[in-house]
Amino acid sequence: MYLVNYIKEVLSALRSLLIGMRRTLFYFTHHKEIITEQYPDNRATLKLADRFKGEVVMPHNENNEHRCTGCTACELACPNGTIKVITKFDITPEGKKKKAIDKLVYHLELCTMCNLCVYACPSDAIKMAQTFEHSVFDRNQLTKVLNFPDSKIMDGVE
Amino acid sequence: MWSISKIASLVHEWLSNTFSATWVTVFEMVIAGVLVISLFAVLGLILVMMERKVSAWIQIRLGPNRVGPKGMFQSAADTVKLLVKEGMTPNGADKLLFNVAPFLAIVVSMLLMAPLAFAKDFTLWDINIGVLYVSAISSVSVISILMAGWASNNKYSLMGAMRSGAQIVSYELSAGLSIMAIVVLTGSLNFNDIILSQADGWWIFKGHLPIWIAFIVFLIAVTAETNRAPFDLAEAESELTAGFHTEYSGMKFALFFLAEYVNVFIVCAIGATLFLGGWMPFHIGHWDGFNHIMDFIPSSLWFFGKTFFLIFLIMWFRWSFPRLRIDQLLNLEWKYLLPISMVNILLVTAMAILKWHF
Amino acid sequence: MVEEIGTTQDGDLIINVGPQHPATHGVLHLVITLHGETIKKVEPHLGYIHRSIEKMCESLTYRQFIYVTSRMDYLSSHINNHGCALLVERAMQIEVPARAQVIRVLMDELTRIASHELWWGAMAMDLGAFTPFFHAFREREMINEIMEDTCGARLTMNYMVPGGVQEDIHPDFVRKVKEFIALFKRKVDEYDEMVTDNIIFRKRMENVGVISAADAISYGLSGPSLRGSGVSCDVRKYYPYDVYNQVQFEEIIETGGDSLARYMVRIREMKQSISIIEQLLDGIPDGDFCAKTKAVIKLPKGEFYQRVETARGELGIYVVSEGATTPYRIKFRSPGFSNLSALDHMARGSKIGDLVAMMGTLDLVIPDIDR
Repeated sequence: MYLVNYIKEVLSALRSLLIGMRRTLFYFTHHKEIITEQYPDNRATLKLADRFKGEVVMPHNENNEHRCTGCTACELACPNGTIKVITKFDITPEGKKKKAIDKLVYHLELCTMCNLCVYACPSDAIKMAQTFEHSVFDRNQLTKVLNFPDSKIMDGVE
Repeated sequence: MWSISKIASLVHEWLSNTFSATWVTVFEMVIAGVLVISLFAVLGLILVMMERKVSAWIQIRLGPNRVGPKGMFQSAADTVKLLVKEGMTPNGADKLLFNVAPFLAIVVSMLLMAPLAFAKDFTLWDINIGVLYVSAISSVSVISILMAGWASNNKYSLMGAMRSGAQIVSYELSAGLSIMAIVVLTGSLNFNDIILSQADGWWIFKGHLPIWIAFIVFLIAVTAETNRAPFDLAEAESELTAGFHTEYSGMKFALFFLAEYVNVFIVCAIGATLFLGGWMPFHIGHWDGFNHIMDFIPSSLWFFGKTFFLIFLIMWFRWSFPRLRIDQLLNLEWKYLLPISMVNILLVTAMAILKWHF
Repeated sequence: MVEEIGTTQDGDLIINVGPQHPATHGVLHLVITLHGETIKKVEPHLGYIHRSIEKMCESLTYRQFIYVTSRMDYLSSHINNHGCALLVERAMQIEVPARAQVIRVLMDELTRIASHELWWGAMAMDLGAFTPFFHAFREREMINEIMEDTCGARLTMNYMVPGGVQEDIHPDFVRKVKEFIALFKRKVDEYDEMVTDNIIFRKRMENVGVISAADAISYGLSGPSLRGSGVSCDVRKYYPYDVYNQVQFEEIIETGGDSLARYMVRIREMKQSISIIEQLLDGIPDGDFCAKTKAVIKLPKGEFYQRVETARGELGIYVVSEGATTPYRIKFRSPGFSNLSALDHMARGSKIGDLVAMMGTLDLVIPDIDR
C-alpha cells in the first residue's frame, strides 16, 4: 500500500510539472502573444492616453492669447510649490488698472503630476500635456514659463 | 561527402607527410587545444543567446534584438563588456583560492570534453573507460564551487557553496546509477562502443520503460548537478543574492558563467550519447531504404541536434518551475531518485540478462 | 578561537538581508540569525525609505494631502486616496453622488486586482520562477491602461477628491474593463497551471510560515494575511463604505494559516473583485461625478478615523483637527507595518528559503511600512 501511494505521488508530481511545461511551451511557440512594445522605435505610432499627465502647459490661441487671469488658484492648490504666479497690472483702454500675469513659472522638476492645479483653475487656463520625455542636461531648463512672450489674456475671460 | 572525421584524417595525413612523428603529435595537440577553446567560446556565445531567446519567448518578450541581425551578436557584446571590466578581489578574500577557483571550474569542463564523440570516428581521446572518466571528473567541479564560496569570505557565498556541495555530491549518485543502466545494457564504458550498440535503434526506444525512467532520472540529476533551476540553490538569487559567485566580477565571473553553460552542453551531450544514440542517425529496424536516407544527414549534425534538444529541455525546465528548498532538494534525491534508480537498475539488469530488450 | 565578525557567541551566522537584496523588493533590511540553514531570529530594521509623510501632511490642506498617500502603498494608491477622501467627506458631511461612489468602488477593485497580479508575479519570482512575473504584467498592464485613460496616471493616481472623483470616467472605460475581464477569465486558469498546482510550489508553500488565528490577531495582521489564518476581517464587509453594501461578494477565508492559505486567499480575492466589477459595470448611475464642495475645506474640530480595505489589509487614517485648513496631526495605520511584525514569529525555525515565501505571502510593500 505504501508503495502504491509512493508511485501515485511521484506520478501526480510529474503530471503537475508536465502541465506547467505544456503552458510554457505554448508561449514558446506562439509568438503572437508577445506583448513587448519597442519604445524608441514606435515613437511615430505611440499614442498616449488623452488624459495622461505629463506636464502642465498653458494653451494659447492663434492670436497669442491665453485664458489665465492670474488668480493664483493653481499656486494655492499646488502641494509642493511647483507653480509661481507673478502678476503685473495692465492698463486697459478705458484707463483702468487690471491685474494680469507677467509670468507663470512652472518647476517641472518639483511637479508630481497630481493634477490639482488643473482641477483648481476656474478659467481652464492650464491643462496637462501628453509629453513624457522630459530629460534635459541642464536642470535650469526644467524651470519653465508657461505663458508665451507678449501673450495677452483672451477677451471675455474674467 | 565531407565529414569532420575526413577533414581530421586529411590534416593528420598532411602533417605526417610533412613533419616527423613527434612534431605531428605536438601539432595535433595544439590544434586540438585551440579547437576545444574555440568550441568553448562559441558554445558560450550560442548557449547564452539561446537561453535568452528561449526565456524571452516563454515570458512573452522579444529578447535581445538590438546588436546585430535579430540580436545575434548580443552575447558577443556582453563578452566584450565582461572582458574590459575590472576583475576585483575582495580585501578579506583568500587571494590565491579566490583567483584559482574560476579557472578550476573551466578546466574541469574542458577535461570533460575529451571523451565525447562529436561525430563518426571523431573523438579527442577515445578512452575505453569514457563513462567512468566523465563521472569521476565531473565530481571535481564541486571543488571549484566550494573554493570560490570559501575564499570569497562572504556568508552568502559560503552558504551557496555548502548547498552546492551537498547537492552535487548527492545527485552524482543517481546520475551515475542512471548512466549505469546503459552500461549494463551495452557492456562497455567506451562512448564509441555505446554509440555503435545503438545502430539498430537508440536505447530510449530499445530499452522499454526502465530506460525511460533512467532517462528522466538522468535529466533531473544532471539539471541538479549543473546547478540549473529549479535546482539553482547554489546561486538562488532571491535568497543568497548570487550564491557562490557573489563576489566575482568581470572575466572571473564570466568564467563561472561559461563553465555553467559548457557543463550543460557536456551533460546533454552525454545524455544524447547514452540514450539518444550520439551521432548515430535515426534507424528503424530493417527499413533499409529509410535508414539509408537518414545516413545522408552528417553524423555531427545528429550529435549536435540531439544535444541541443536536451539543452532546450533543461532551459525549458528552468523557465517553468520554481526553485526547491534545500531540504526538499535532498529529500528528492535520497527518498525518490535514488531508490527509484536503484530499483530501476535491477530491472535493467534483469532485462539485460533475459535479453528482453530489442 | 578567532572571533569571526558577524557571528554570535553560539557560532550562529548573522546575515544582513537587505537593504539591497533581490528578495526584499525595496529597501527593507532584515538582520537574520542563522543556525546553518535554519532561521533563529529575524529582526527588521526600518527607516530606509522614511519620507515622513505623516509630518508632511500636517502642512498640506485637506485637498492636497491626498496625493501624498498615493506614495505610501503605491500599489493600491486609489484605495489610499479613497480612504482620505472618505474621511474628509464624513467629517464635512458631504453627500457623494451615486455615480462617484460606483466609480470609486470600480477603481478600488481594479486596483486590488492589479496589486494582486503584481504580488502573484513577484511571489513566484521570489520562489525562483521568473515566467509568471511577465505573464502577470500582461494583465496588470491592461488595468494600468484603463487607469491611464481615466486618471491620467498609472501608479500615483490622485483621482479621488473630497466629494467624488476628479474627472468623469473615460468613454472607453466600460468597454476596456469588459475586455480586461474577458482576458482575465481566460488567463486565470493558466496561473493554476503554472504556479498554484505545481508540485514544487505547493511544497514550498505548505506548512510554511504558519501563524495561528490568535497569534495573527495579536500581531495586528489584517487583510488577506489575516484571512489566511481563518479570521473574518474584511473592512468592506464590517464597515462598508460607498456602495460596498449594495454589491454581493464573498469574504475569502482560508483556515490553513500557512503561506499557501494566504496565497489562495489572494488568488480567490481577484475573482471576487471581478465579480464586484461585473455587478457594478453595467449599472453606473448617471449624474454628477463630484459633489459641490467649498473651495477651502476646514474640518471641524475633533478626531476622525476612517478605515479602508487596501490590497494588503486595513489602512486606517486618523486625523486630529483643530478646525484649521490643515490637519493638526495625522496618523496612518498601514497594513504593511503590522504584517511585517509577524515575520519573526513565523520565520523562527524554518529554512532561509522559506523566508522569501513568507515575505512574499505577507505582500510587503516597503514604502507602506516606512511611510
